[in-house]
Amino acid sequence: MIKLRNVSFSYGENEVLKNVSFETGDGKSLVIMGPSGSGKSTILRLLLGLESPHEGEVLINGDNICTMSEAQKRETRKKMGMVFQDGALFDSLTVGENVGYYLIEHTKMKFDLIGEKVEEMLGFVGLGGDNVIDKLPEQLSGGMQRRVAIARALLSTDPKLMLFDEPTTGLDPFATRNVLNLIRKVNSEKGIATIVVTHQIADAIEIADKYVILHEGQVAFDGGLDELRDCSDERLKNFLEPFRESFRLVLGKNFVDC
Amino acid sequence: MYLIGIGSMFLIVLTGIFAGQGFALAFSVELADFGAKNYLGRIMSISIVRELGPVLTGLMIAARVASGITAEIGAMKSSNQIDAMTAFGIDPMSKIAVPRLIALIVMVPVLTVFCDAIALAGGWVISIFIAHVSSTMYWAAVKERLVFGNLLIGLLKPVVFSFVIAYIACYKGFTAEGGTKGVGKATTESVVLTSITILIVNFFITKVVFSYLKGYL
Repeated sequence: MIKLRNVSFSYGENEVLKNVSFETGDGKSLVIMGPSGSGKSTILRLLLGLESPHEGEVLINGDNICTMSEAQKRETRKKMGMVFQDGALFDSLTVGENVGYYLIEHTKMKFDLIGEKVEEMLGFVGLGGDNVIDKLPEQLSGGMQRRVAIARALLSTDPKLMLFDEPTTGLDPFATRNVLNLIRKVNSEKGIATIVVTHQIADAIEIADKYVILHEGQVAFDGGLDELRDCSDERLKNFLEPFRESFRLVLGKNFVDC
Repeated sequence: MYLIGIGSMFLIVLTGIFAGQGFALAFSVELADFGAKNYLGRIMSISIVRELGPVLTGLMIAARVASGITAEIGAMKSSNQIDAMTAFGIDPMSKIAVPRLIALIVMVPVLTVFCDAIALAGGWVISIFIAHVSSTMYWAAVKERLVFGNLLIGLLKPVVFSFVIAYIACYKGFTAEGGTKGVGKATTESVVLTSITILIVNFFITKVVFSYLKGYL
C-alpha cells in the first residue's frame, strides 16, 4: 500500500507539489498524469526516497520513507523496481550485466545462474531471441533500451511495486505498444503494483486501474475511469482538451463535450 | 587503476623528461657561475623528489584523470544512472567514488616515483652532454640527497594529492547540474580547483615539513 499524505515539495523557490494526497493498493495499476512540470516525476523520486518532501508523509506499507535511515531506505528500495525515463541503463555495462546488476551486487549467486535468470528475464520482456545480452545499451534502439530497463528492474529481488517514469516517451508506435503490453503483463501476470507517470492519455487508459491527474502541483483528479468520464472540473477539461480524439476512440465518448 | 596508471604513463614520461632537462639546464648555467656544477645532482634530487615530481604528477593527473572522473560521474548523473544505482539499494559513493580514490592512492605515488626517475634521468643527460658533469659525480650527488626525509615527503605529497583529486573530481561530478553544459562546466571547475588546491596543499606540506622535520632533510 502506497500513500502520500499532504505532501509539499519545492525545488528552490519553485513549489512543485502542493499538499498532494492519494493512495494505491497492492497489485493495482495507478497512472499519474499531468502537463510537463506538474511534479509527476518528483512523486516517483519521493516514493523512492531520492528526495524528501518539505511537508507531509510518503508511506510505503505504513512506513514513512522520509524518516527512515539510509540503510532502511535501501531495504525498502529493494522491494521496488524503477524504470527511469530513457532507461538510465549503465552505459559502460553490457545488457546482460545491466539486467543482472542487482543480483551481481547484492547476492552471492554464481555467474552461470545469474546468466540464466538474465536470459529468462530478457525472454519475459521480449528480447530473448535478439542476441542482445552481450551488446552495450548504445547499440540498442530506444524501445529495446526501455525493455532492458524493465527487465533490470524486475530482476531486483522480487519487487512488489514497479515505478515507470514516462516509459513510452520518444518511442515509435510499435515500441510504445510493446512497452505498454509489458507493463500490463508485469501487473497482471506477476501481480506487481505499478505506478506509471505519463502525459500520454491514450497510454494511460490502456494500463490504469486508477488515475491521479496533477494540475499546477495539486491533485486535480483521483479516481477511476468512470469517475474521470463523469468529471466536470474545468481544469481537467482544459488538460484533456488536446486528447479529445484519444478519448473518443477509447471510450466511444468525447470527454470534453460531456 | 589501469586507466589511471598505465593510461597516464606516457604523459608522465614526457612531463618528467622535459621538466628534468629544463631544470638541469637552467641550474647548470647558474651553478657554473659559482663554479658549483658538481652540485647539480644535489639540487636536482631535492627539487625533483621533494617538489617538482609530486606537483607535476599531481597536476598531470588532475588534468587527465580528474576531468575524466568528473565528466563520467556528471554524465551518469544527468542520465539518471546515479539515481538508478540508488534505486537498486546501492550507495553510489562507495560504488563510484571509493574505487577511484583507491586507484589514485595506489597509482599517483607510483607515477610520482616514475616521474622522479625520468626527470632525474633527463637531468643526467643534460649533466653529461651540456653541463659536462661526469655521470659518477651526478649520480653520487643525487644519491646524497635521497635521504629518508626527502623520500618521505616525496611519497607523502602524492598520497595527499590523491585525496584532493578524488574528492574534488567526485564532488564536482556528483553535484553537476544542467545537462551537457553543466557537465562541461563542472569538468572545467574540477581541473582548475584540483590544480590550485594541489599547489596550495604542496606549499603547506612543505611549510609543515620544514617547521617540524627539518632535522631529517
